[in-house]
Amino acid sequence: MAPITTLHYLVVAAALFVLGTIGVLTRRNVVIVLMSIELILNAVNLNLVAFSRLWGLHGQVFAIFVVTDAAAEAAVGLGILIAFFRNKETVNVDEVDLLKW
Amino acid sequence: MLEYITSYLNSNTTPGQAGNLFWAFVYIVLIFLGLSVAVIAMNWLERKILAHMQVRLGPMRVGPHGLLQPIADALKLLLKEDIMPERADKLVFWIAPLLVVMTAFTVFIVVPFGPTHAVTDMNIGILFMLGVSSLSVLGIVMAGWASNSHYPIMGALRSSAQMVSYEIAMGLAVVSAVLMTSLHGLGTYGVATGGSGTGTLSMIEIVKAQQEQQTWFLFKFFPLGLIAFFIFAVAMVAETNRAPFDLPEAESELTAGFHTEYSGFRWSLFFLAEYSAMIAVSAIAVTLWVGGWMRPFPNWLSGDTWDLVFSLIPGVTFILLGIFAFVGVRRMPKHPYFRIQTLGLAGFGAVLALIGVLLFIPPIRDRIQDIYWFSAKVAFSMYMYIWYRGTFPRYRFDQLMKVGWKVLLPIGIGVLILTAIMGVVL
Amino acid sequence: MQPVATTFFFYLLAGLTVASGAAVIMRKNAIHSALALIVALLGQAGLYLMLYAPFVAGVQIILYAGGIMVLFLFVIMLVNIERAQKEEQFNKQWLVGIVAAVALGALFVVVYIKGQALFPAHTVQLPEESNTQQIGVLLYGNYMFAFEIASLLLLVAIIGAVVMAKKKI
Repeated sequence: MAPITTLHYLVVAAALFVLGTIGVLTRRNVVIVLMSIELILNAVNLNLVAFSRLWGLHGQVFAIFVVTDAAAEAAVGLGILIAFFRNKETVNVDEVDLLKW
Repeated sequence: MLEYITSYLNSNTTPGQAGNLFWAFVYIVLIFLGLSVAVIAMNWLERKILAHMQVRLGPMRVGPHGLLQPIADALKLLLKEDIMPERADKLVFWIAPLLVVMTAFTVFIVVPFGPTHAVTDMNIGILFMLGVSSLSVLGIVMAGWASNSHYPIMGALRSSAQMVSYEIAMGLAVVSAVLMTSLHGLGTYGVATGGSGTGTLSMIEIVKAQQEQQTWFLFKFFPLGLIAFFIFAVAMVAETNRAPFDLPEAESELTAGFHTEYSGFRWSLFFLAEYSAMIAVSAIAVTLWVGGWMRPFPNWLSGDTWDLVFSLIPGVTFILLGIFAFVGVRRMPKHPYFRIQTLGLAGFGAVLALIGVLLFIPPIRDRIQDIYWFSAKVAFSMYMYIWYRGTFPRYRFDQLMKVGWKVLLPIGIGVLILTAIMGVVL
Repeated sequence: MQPVATTFFFYLLAGLTVASGAAVIMRKNAIHSALALIVALLGQAGLYLMLYAPFVAGVQIILYAGGIMVLFLFVIMLVNIERAQKEEQFNKQWLVGIVAAVALGALFVVVYIKGQALFPAHTVQLPEESNTQQIGVLLYGNYMFAFEIASLLLLVAIIGAVVMAKKKI
């Protein structure tokens, strides 16, 4: 087997990114869409940390900030979900259409 | 191969750092065995000590003075019927106890029993322990959800809310102690001249920092170390769902909380995980504040004679335990029905005394020192757990959350700020 | 210490992470998706450890797997997930979505392979014993402003989440 280079990690990150994007574009359950967004953020993190082996520790510091932001965003997103669920009793993305014409 | 095995014996690092997989595996097996023995002993000790605190005797029948009771309990649990509720989520029901047990055992990789007696010494030791023990909350939530019945769900939600709240207080207390590792000065209020250096998150380095600063962090910046230890002591009892914070699993309140629907071996996994988690957080408290594996008074009472005196204490402890067993033998009723129990107790006493005598032999005596003092301090912390259970009434859930958020969290932040200020100003 | 069996662990962890990621988007039951996401996050923490980034791995385990996923599990239990399980799970435009995402992924891989000449020749020395200390120096030195802004961001997120979830503002 070939030795593991940075390219291997970047391909794994790209695969996770694609899976997350498919989740966001195709699923109808809001909670699973939010989890797919977390997958996308993780793919970005893996990319950053993989490159930090080549360029220094700045990538890891950026990755820590990304994790912090992901926590904040997950909290607010789930708060919005709960507020919406209280009004309309559904977790279906297609039914979030109160502002549609 | 033999070369590989013996090459580790000359190095003075942990097996993880030396890269020696064989010895790492040996250490892991030793930890598994030690934890199992400790959990079994805790089961017996808890029932006997609680009983004596409540002026009754506890289990007396199964072995002499109930010594074989944990084995009987384990056999019973293994032979019980394995019930799964009808509409329970089978995959999640099966995974939940596994997750709790795995996290409870994984934290022991970095627990330092001595300066080189850990499986490995990670750079992020204390962070790893806090993080992996926070994964057990997930197992509890999944256990409650998968049981598909309302008592477990309420118990799981309450338990996880409690654990998450007290994790924050624990983290703040830990950060105060980690701040103290960067001071590099001697004595209770000592900070290195020229300002402080870098601290460390590694468990072995934290104990070595206490050794270098010649004071337990309990007494550092008195009373800040003491308050931080107090916050951690309260938070660790709440974190492991033990009295007086055991509302989620109290029998009179919620049948059995999140593990109501679990029976037999699965329940024993939760039980095992709870006691292992207790030992793990006690190990954190001992490492961070009470000096880890150091013997008492390494600087006041230093020198070869005092070293010799303190190195005899492990053997003396076991011989004392053997003597207690023999006193129990003398007090046994002289009826032929009790012959087997008397013989069993005498045999147990003989084994303890033999271990005590073995610990007097110089090569073993030198090696066992660190492990003994660490285990003694953790055992004291376990005794405090049992004492709390026998003494304090249970907190109501809203009182529990109030204590976690409104009392411990502000005090923790205050201690952290004051420690940082004193570290800079002094 | 010398790393041991790097290829085996890499393929194991990477396979686990990607398989769990696939399970996240494909399961009907949201709790199973959350479980798969936890496994993916833990696999990712393992990959960080292989990349000589122990502090980021520790942060990932504490914050992501131990914090955010508990939040997700609570919310899944709060919203009525039983009804959602019986409905249609995938959109009307699922095929277009998959094709677009896979095309994007292929574009990424092409960019990486073509751009390999730009990577530095050798890796930076990242000693594991002082990883936390060096990250601390960077965080409180170069990135102090970002650090303080992140704390403000978390404060805003806490206030926002509390207000959103209240019954009466």
